[in-house]
Amino acid sequence: MKKKLFSVIFTLILLANNVVAIEADIFVQSTVNRASKLLSEDISKEEKIEKLKIIAKDTVDIQGIGFYTLGSARKNLSDIEKVKYSEKFEKYFLKSFSSRLAEYTNPEINVFAKEILNKNYTIVNSTLKATNERPEIKIDWRIYTKNPDQPLIRDLIIEGLSLARTQKEEFASVLSSNDGDINVLFKVLEEFSNN
Amino acid sequence: MLIYIRVDYNIRTSMIKKFAIILITTIALIGNVNASSDGELLLKKNDPAEIKECWEGFNRASFALNQGLDKVIFKPIASIYRTFPIPIKSGVSNSLDNLSNVVTIPNNILQGEFAKAGINTGRFVINSTIGVLGLIDVASLMGFEEYEKEDYGQTLATYGAGPGCYIVLPVLGPSTARDTVSLTANFLGGDAWYNVTVKNDTQYFSDFDYYASKATSGVDFRAKNYDSINNVEKNSIDFYASVKSLYLQDRQQRILNAKTIVDTQDDSDWEEIEN
Repeated sequence: MKKKLFSVIFTLILLANNVVAIEADIFVQSTVNRASKLLSEDISKEEKIEKLKIIAKDTVDIQGIGFYTLGSARKNLSDIEKVKYSEKFEKYFLKSFSSRLAEYTNPEINVFAKEILNKNYTIVNSTLKATNERPEIKIDWRIYTKNPDQPLIRDLIIEGLSLARTQKEEFASVLSSNDGDINVLFKVLEEFSNN
Repeated sequence: MLIYIRVDYNIRTSMIKKFAIILITTIALIGNVNASSDGELLLKKNDPAEIKECWEGFNRASFALNQGLDKVIFKPIASIYRTFPIPIKSGVSNSLDNLSNVVTIPNNILQGEFAKAGINTGRFVINSTIGVLGLIDVASLMGFEEYEKEDYGQTLATYGAGPGCYIVLPVLGPSTARDTVSLTANFLGGDAWYNVTVKNDTQYFSDFDYYASKATSGVDFRAKNYDSINNVEKNSIDFYASVKSLYLQDRQQRILNAKTIVDTQDDSDWEEIEN
């Protein structure tokens, strides 16, 4: 009896986990559809930007990207500086992300494949449909799947070029030009967010 | 007698010039090879984060000059060009790709990729004839595998030459010491298109044809990446560093002939933030 009960409970737990877990490719397609629907709405650019920020907060691992972007400089920060950096980075990221996307009116993105790298990461492959003005663009998404119930976007790889890596090297350049002074980076991020 | 002296003088000047180019090329290459002759993998050697920034002052000045040229020349022309009908843009793009085969094929051979050299030769012959001077990519329609450009910089990289320092060339844009040196191979007979237009006085082509094809190639690239470049520029806190990173990532991918992004992405940095 005990054995049966255990089997039933175990099966139920297993089923529950499978029901809740979100596949990375489905997650990307639904996120893209959500953004695409918003971008095709007849609302002002400012409204679009605000709504895009909400989507980004739901679907992007902003803090993770922030620490990745900081590279080895992260190790030298105090806990207070880390908190300060995370706040400034989030503002910077949301502005940069939403204003980039707001330029597109109705992007058509088709997800067609995925590659599970390990339990933490899956790469989802997609294409941004060509328009009269630009050719088709290949976009790969690095999805953080440590929590299968809540996958998060960690990187966009456009035609093989990683945006997170580009941002990381950009931040490294700012730091190396200023003797590694994190306060200069804080200032630059703040200036960008306030402009 | 006077004619003889003049001919002799011309030959000597030409010889000295060639010798100087070869000498500079060799020195620069030795420098590059030594800079990364520690048996590291090709991937590691061409990792953007590993490529040194030796002349940042010069590079940033050169970058500013190129940005100025882009603003005044390339961007306005590209903004008009991108509004052209798709068949025209595709035709131009196909034609430029077809022409680049004359550099790709010798590099396929130099890299030991004989099958690819054969395929690209077939592609070049078909597209140049049935495809009306390359305007129509008939070879792709016939099922030829996707075309991948190769150049002398990629070949040197496969021979183990490291990239050396990052450099921004005036007008030509981002490069590395290795890739800049490899450019000279094009002018020393390695580019058949250069040979029949600029180097040799043929009655069919002129210098103009060569420079016009290069300028068109620049406009074509700018038009294809019009929104992306504007977007990166607008959203960068250091546009120079962004362009450097994008260029070096692209080069790494081309050198490795990477088919999937996993080939060039280092996951260790991502794993590190877990801790």
